[in-house]
Amino acid sequence: MDLQKFVAKRSNWTIPYALFLAFFVVLPLILIGVYAFRNTEGSFTLQNFTRFFTQSEALNTFIYSVGIALITTLLCILFGYPAAYILSNAELTRGRTLILLFILPMWINVLMRSLATVALFDFMHLKLGEGALIFGLCYDFLPFMIYPIYNTIQKIDKSYIEAAQDLGATRLQVFLKVIWPLSIPGIVSGIMMVFLPTISTFAISEILTLNNKRLFGSIIQDNMMMSDTMNYGAALSLIMLIIIAVTSFATRTQNDNDLNDGGLI
Amino acid sequence: MSLSPKPISGEDCTRRAPDIPLADKRKSNDKAYIIEIDHVSKWFGEKQVLDDVSLFIRKGEFVTILGPSGCGKTTLLRILAGFNMPTDGRVLMNGSDITDVPPFERPMNTVFQRYALFPHLNVYENIAFGLKLKKEDEDSIDRQVRRVLKIVGLTDYEERDVDSLSGGQQQRVAIARAIINRPQVLLLDEPLAALDLKMRKDMQMELKQMHKDLGITFIYVTHDQEEALTLSDTIVVMNKGRIQQIGRPTDIYNEPVNPFVADFIGDSNILNGIMVEDHKVLFMYHEFECVDEGFQPNEHVDVVLRPEDIYIMARNANAMINGKVSACIFKGVHYEMTVVTDRGYELIIQDYNMFEVGQEVSLIIKPSDIHVMHRERFSNTVKAVLKDSTHVEMLGGIFECEPQEDIEAGTDVTVNFGFDDVELMDYSDEGAATGTVSFILYKGNHYHLTVTSDSGEDIFVNTSEVWDDGDMVGIKILPQAVKISKA
Repeated sequence: MDLQKFVAKRSNWTIPYALFLAFFVVLPLILIGVYAFRNTEGSFTLQNFTRFFTQSEALNTFIYSVGIALITTLLCILFGYPAAYILSNAELTRGRTLILLFILPMWINVLMRSLATVALFDFMHLKLGEGALIFGLCYDFLPFMIYPIYNTIQKIDKSYIEAAQDLGATRLQVFLKVIWPLSIPGIVSGIMMVFLPTISTFAISEILTLNNKRLFGSIIQDNMMMSDTMNYGAALSLIMLIIIAVTSFATRTQNDNDLNDGGLI
Repeated sequence: MSLSPKPISGEDCTRRAPDIPLADKRKSNDKAYIIEIDHVSKWFGEKQVLDDVSLFIRKGEFVTILGPSGCGKTTLLRILAGFNMPTDGRVLMNGSDITDVPPFERPMNTVFQRYALFPHLNVYENIAFGLKLKKEDEDSIDRQVRRVLKIVGLTDYEERDVDSLSGGQQQRVAIARAIINRPQVLLLDEPLAALDLKMRKDMQMELKQMHKDLGITFIYVTHDQEEALTLSDTIVVMNKGRIQQIGRPTDIYNEPVNPFVADFIGDSNILNGIMVEDHKVLFMYHEFECVDEGFQPNEHVDVVLRPEDIYIMARNANAMINGKVSACIFKGVHYEMTVVTDRGYELIIQDYNMFEVGQEVSLIIKPSDIHVMHRERFSNTVKAVLKDSTHVEMLGGIFECEPQEDIEAGTDVTVNFGFDDVELMDYSDEGAATGTVSFILYKGNHYHLTVTSDSGEDIFVNTSEVWDDGDMVGIKILPQAVKISKA
């Protein structure tokens, strides 16, 4: 084959990426699928799944994780939205500097930040536990909420705001009737980036609760670490994967029209 | 801005609009003004966009604010709507000061240039937006939405997504959304600019009809002179933040007060002339009879000839002016020809008959078709500082001048120089100062340019060289032409 022609064709450039994806994304996924439906002897079984729904430990942890994730997401919206709103209204240069400051912690490894949080709680003589966990999660995930919202609000055409004022809307009404509805795609993006990763977190929860409170990610990790429970761990991963896929698909179709207006995903 | 009133000839009478109420620059005792703009100035940082604008608008009028982009017309509209605050001056509505009233409390509504329809609401919700804020009951809102949809011709479009509408339909929704609130004044910011020509013409007629039916005051901003002439009761011509002229479309067209208005509204030939005495004006080396009076003997004036007012015919012994056709374009209804006279003037002429390029022709101009304007200026006057006895600092540069004996260095002076004394250079470093060509007026045999210096002052230059709007130039002035007097 003519090498020059082969290189010139743009679609051929995707081959390395395709190979990478095949080996490191698709193959592991298949393996998870395969392992999830096998027992330790290697024969087909649904036992791994029935175990999840009958054994209360995993199920309870899952429900608890969803609860923690819900609280974290709500708090992130509560603190993130006003921050994003204020930032998007500030003078352009000032806004950019501030947003940079908000994103700056993301440059530091999550584990480092969590350990720093532990140190901070120790210093202030606060007990580690659920409260510390929620604090740590909010601290870690807040930028992921702020950025997409900031992005969406900033892109709202100022003439919509003027049009609303012109039609008789006070500042509060402008916010409620125009800015809030138009910023929902950003909130949806933010939720996807906070809620789902929170459920599968394990290291943060272990560090911040001294391994007292466990999230779903920890359970998966525990099972995956031991060869005799690996199949069960695979099934748990698959369940989580399905839940993530279903939720993101649901939010996507619901906001299909608006999402191209500036959300991150 | 004194203007010699034209004696009304028979022809003029038919051209004049009936005596409808008219916006004005000066306030009369009449109480019928709905909007009063009182000495409004607006600065954006260092840049002045409105310079002492005063305008009084009567109830029910269709007023168009017309001007080139950057003339301040949109800023003026935004001040009316309440989105911008004037730096100086006041805005009154029905006699009370509304300068500090926020937009949502002003009984006027705006149709925005790019419509600004809310993308998250459908047609019905967009239109009902204002009424819902006023907490009117659902039935009444429903009735009114249907009524305005009928007015704008969009019945059955209630449930449509605004993104799925064409530009013209979005425009109609924007109008419906504004008029449903029964504003006392409707502000329209170049509402037709985004539409194609055919659609624009249709919408013009509909807007005019709407204005008639609704009976509310329309304040319309546009840069399209044809649109302004078609729609308005009154046109306000603006340039560089100032009002140039206010009048009925026919007045603006037939009696422009200065070369800018004459050039901006319609096509025109603008020439230098000398008013020999009343009813006698000399231009193109020919003394014409005219109807204008009230000028000084031998006053230098500007003469406006509309292209359709010049009669063109085959070479004829009795003609006033002889020339040769140098270009001829078919424009649909008429031909547009360029005629170069034997004495070297170039004129644009429109006529239903075609004369071929190269054909010898004669021209006749009737006295009533000649419009004479006072010159606004005869030379350049600039503020300056004398640096030393042979140099003067002005226009952001240092110019050479004849040795000055009685004026000390460092004093503020006034410098005077003629339009012909300025030389413009291609490269900005060749001149003593630099500037940008900001307005070009063709005067038949030479160009009269407005050059805005980098220090922000305007100077005027006569030249036969061709420059483009926006060209960067070097400004050079002959030392012997620089006349200095104490400020």
